[in-house]
This record gives sequence, structure tokens and C-alpha cells, in this order.
Amino acid sequence: MSRERLIEVKDLSFRYKADAPLSLDRVSLEVYAGEWLAIIGHNGSGKSTLAKCLNGLILPETGTVLVDGLNTRDEDAIWEIRRRVGMVFQNPDNQFVGTTVQDDVAFGMENHGIDRDEMVKRMASALKLVNMEGTENREPHRLSGGQKQRVAIAGIIALQPSIIILDEATSMLDPKGREDVLSVMHELNKTKGITVISITHDLDEAAGSDRIIAMEKGRIVLSGTPREVFQHPERLLELGLDLPFAIKMRQALSEQGIAVSPDAFSEEELVEELWKLKSTI
Amino acid sequence: MKLIIGQFVPGDSIIHRMDPRAKLITVFIFVFIVFLANNPWTYGFLLAFTVLGILVSKVPFSFIYRGLKPVLFIIIFTFILNALFTRQGDVLISAGWFQLTTAGLKQAIFISIRLLAIIVVTTLLTLTTSPIAITDGLETLLKPLKKWRFPVHEFALMMSIALRFIPTLMEETEKIMKAQMARGVDFSSGSLVKRGKAIIPLLVPLFVGAFKRAEDLAMAMEARGYRGDVGRTKFRLLKWHGRDTGLLSVLAVLTAALILMRG
Ligand SMILES: Nc1ncnc2c1ncn2[C@@H]1O[C@H](COP(=O)(O)OP(=O)(O)OP(=O)(O)O)[C@@H](O)[C@H]1O
Ligand SMILES: [Mg+2]
Repeated sequence: MSRERLIEVKDLSFRYKADAPLSLDRVSLEVYAGEWLAIIGHNGSGKSTLAKCLNGLILPETGTVLVDGLNTRDEDAIWEIRRRVGMVFQNPDNQFVGTTVQDDVAFGMENHGIDRDEMVKRMASALKLVNMEGTENREPHRLSGGQKQRVAIAGIIALQPSIIILDEATSMLDPKGREDVLSVMHELNKTKGITVISITHDLDEAAGSDRIIAMEKGRIVLSGTPREVFQHPERLLELGLDLPFAIKMRQALSEQGIAVSPDAFSEEELVEELWKLKSTI
Repeated sequence: MKLIIGQFVPGDSIIHRMDPRAKLITVFIFVFIVFLANNPWTYGFLLAFTVLGILVSKVPFSFIYRGLKPVLFIIIFTFILNALFTRQGDVLISAGWFQLTTAGLKQAIFISIRLLAIIVVTTLLTLTTSPIAITDGLETLLKPLKKWRFPVHEFALMMSIALRFIPTLMEETEKIMKAQMARGVDFSSGSLVKRGKAIIPLLVPLFVGAFKRAEDLAMAMEARGYRGDVGRTKFRLLKWHGRDTGLLSVLAVLTAALILMRG
């Protein structure tokens, strides 16, 4: 992974109303080009608020947010920032603007004044990338939630962004829809080098990321690779978070007196260790 | 859930394929030139144009009748009024104060044709043009109004978002209704007051939901770079074909014929 900094957040604080408590409290964060960053934290910990700061939907009370060196406070840069930082929201229905798939994919491009011939080209390739080719004329109420989310992703890809933020974008989907959306995103992350920030309550999904950040009360309280973060399951429980399946399994095993190394945090690793454990007996 | 928004009947007749602008202009002008007709010839032209429209559109007559049904009463009512209160010409039937004259009958038939022609032609527009195409057509035609600060783009976007969310809200209504029915709410029987009261617990969650959606949608639109009409391009393309010029030519001929032949 290259260590080129894509987003720099410095001492960012924000509150929704003058007399409200801080929703973000001196957050500093760097996002590197090409990485998959997971943000976890229980309800109301400030994850969505942070995400909205990253594309200038809301502006910092204090501190700065830089995207590729562009400041979100800079009114001339804001549209370019929003083009570079795409965002997929939780509810598939409430972000579908067009009356058909192609209208929805075109919406962002229309806003950015891309001319029509270019739009047609980009639309075709974007729909292909999310495996939705051939649905151009489909209406939203004839699409599943997962399909709608993939159309939303296509609309963002068409703008050739450098980063896509998923704000619990898979939480309202069935397992199949979730799988489809995540595999499309992983593909984009790997082949197109698109940076992904995934806000999620699904710790199994977070376990597959490059880096995890945990938030509480508007602050970043934990940060590191999944391996580092899941090394301290007690800490996660303290934060009101669930644990990935493999970690729970590991704990249950050690309670039964079966010693498994604290390194195993993915299902495969656990299986691998258990297998070896058995063979040495 | 099967749902056709508005009355649009998909098809591929030449009228279906015409540019919505051509159809909108035609209907708009037609509504005015209808009033030029004042004798059997001119009314005959109107009728011929209307019938030709129906035939070429290949829309089953039952659909047209359905569009007509709500206003049929008004047509019959004006027919009767005109028949009864025009007291010129020869008396055809007379019974007490009731009197039907030739002029009355003629007047009644003419007025009915006039109403019928207007309604059928407008229905034909909505039957052969998808709501979104009508919106596109209106947006382009009304563009000059921007000079006077009329929010043409916003108006069109509002229309298209409304069209997009109608099925979503219908589904939601159905869901809420089922949820309420499962709790014993009865929507289909009882007095009007009782049924009205049953609607309230349906409307409240529906409105709350709609506002939440609106908020989310506004956020999503902004995230995708929406900033009103500034520097915006358009994906939906309206294309003017020979057939559209043809339609306007037919309309011009009809207008000329009406002017020349009226008495
Ligand atoms: N539009 C708003 N107006 C006022 N306060 C808000 C608004 N949105 C969020 N908040 C407050 O800001 C804090 C952080 O909320 P945020 O939505 O960022 O949390 P979150 O981590 O995304 O939670 P969730 O997991 O539920 O999505 C919460 O205390 C919340 O009540
Ligand atoms: Mg949130």
C-alpha cells in the first residue's frame, strides 16, 4: 500500500447546534491512497458526522479537513471535493434520484456538467463495473436494495472519484445484497485503486479491512490494523461493540482451557490453528 | 405491485414515438382552435382529427373511455342544458314547458363535440407519453420563462422526483395499512367519520417517513454535487424528427381549414 495521504483531518471539532455537545471532538486522521479503512463505533459516536465532514456536507467548527490538499472550507473547491469523495448512504431508496437506473447514474454527471457523449461512455463502463449492465431502463421500485446500492456506486464511479465512503451502505440489505455490494467495492478497491472508507457495525466486515478506527463520543479511541485492534477484545466490548465471530470463538475456546494464540482473528487462521492443535495431541 | 403512473400505456405507435414537445404544442394549440368551429363542416374536421388520433395511436378504445368516464357526466349535462334552453329554429318535440328545437339539438351536439375533442386529445397525450417525457418536454418548452425568474429547472426536477417516489410511497402506504389492519384497524367499513379516523394513524407515519426521505434525499443530492441549475448538462435527450414536423403540419392544415370553412 502506498502511503500517499489522500485525506488529512486535523483537530476537527463539530457540533450540530450552538448549545449541543460536540459530535466530533478534536479528531485527527489521515486516510491513505488505496487503503480500505473501516470506521466502527456504537450509535451516536459520530461516524456519520465525520463522514459528512470529509466531503464538505458539513464544515468544521474548528480544525481543518483537506482532501488532496483542497480545504473543505474553500467554496471554490467544494464541488471538486464532492466529485473526488463519493458517498453511499444507508437507505437505498432515499438516495435514488432518477426515475430509471440510467437517470440516476447520470444525475451526478449532469451536476458536474459532463457533456452528453462522455456521459454515455462513462455510464456504460460504470454499470459494467457494478454488474448492472442491461438494467438502464429499470425503475427503482423494480430493483432490490442491493441493486439500488450498486446503481448508487455506479453513479459515483462515473464521476471518477478517488475515494468512496460507505456509510452503513449494506446495513439494510439481505446477505446476498450485502455480499454483492461488498464484492463490487473490493474489486474497485483492488483494480481501480479506489480508496474505501467503510462505516459499519459488522465487525466481520471490518476484520477484512486494511485499517480500523473505532470512535466513541466524537473521538477516535482506537486505531490500527484489524490484528492490532482485535488483540484487545475487552476494549471493544467496553466500547459497546460486538466482536467478530472468530474472536468470540477464540474466547470461548480459551474459557474451555483450549489455548489458542491471540493472533488468530480471522476464521481461516482459527481453523488453521485448531487443526494444528489437534494434530500435535 | 403492478402500477402504471398516470395513465400512460406503453406502445410503439408513431404517436408514442413523437417528441413530447410536438405533442404538448399540438394539444395546447388544439384547445384554442376548437373554438373556431361553428358549423357542421368545421366540427366534422375536429371530429375527424380526434378519431384519426385515436386510430393512429393504437390505444385501445377502453383506455380512452376510462379517461373520459369522470367527465362524461359533465358532457351529458351540458348537452341537456343546451338542448333545453336553446329556443330557436323549428320545434322537434314539445311537451308542456319542455321543448326541443333543431337549433337546440344542433347546439347541444356541437358543444358536446367540442368538449369531447378537447378531452380525448389531452387524454391521448397522457396515454401515449410517459410522465417523465411530458416533464422533459415542458422543461424545454418553458425554458424562455427562466428570463423572468420562473424556476423551470426546479419545477421539472420536482416533478421527476415526485414521479420517482410515487411507487415508493404507495408501497409504504400498503405496508403501514397492513400493519394497522393486523392490529385490528378497519379501513373498509363503518361510517365516513369512522373511516376518516382510521386514516389518521395511516397518514402520520406516512408523512413522518416522507419527511425523513426528503431530508436524506437532499443530503444525497448534495453529496453528488447538486447545486441547482448552475453549469448543469442534461442526459435525457429530446430529438425532433420528421414525424414531429408532420404533426405540426397536420395541425396547421386543420387550423387553416377551420378558419376557411367556418361560417
Ligand atoms: N442532524 C442532526 N442534528 C442534531 N444532532 C445530530 C444530527 N445528526 C447527528 N446528531 C448527533 O450527533 C452525534 C453523532 O451522530 P452520528 O450520526 O454522527 O453518529 P453515528 O456514529 O453515525 O451513529 P449511527 O451508528 O447511529 O449511524 C449524536 O449524538 C447525534 O445525536
Ligand atoms: Mg451514522
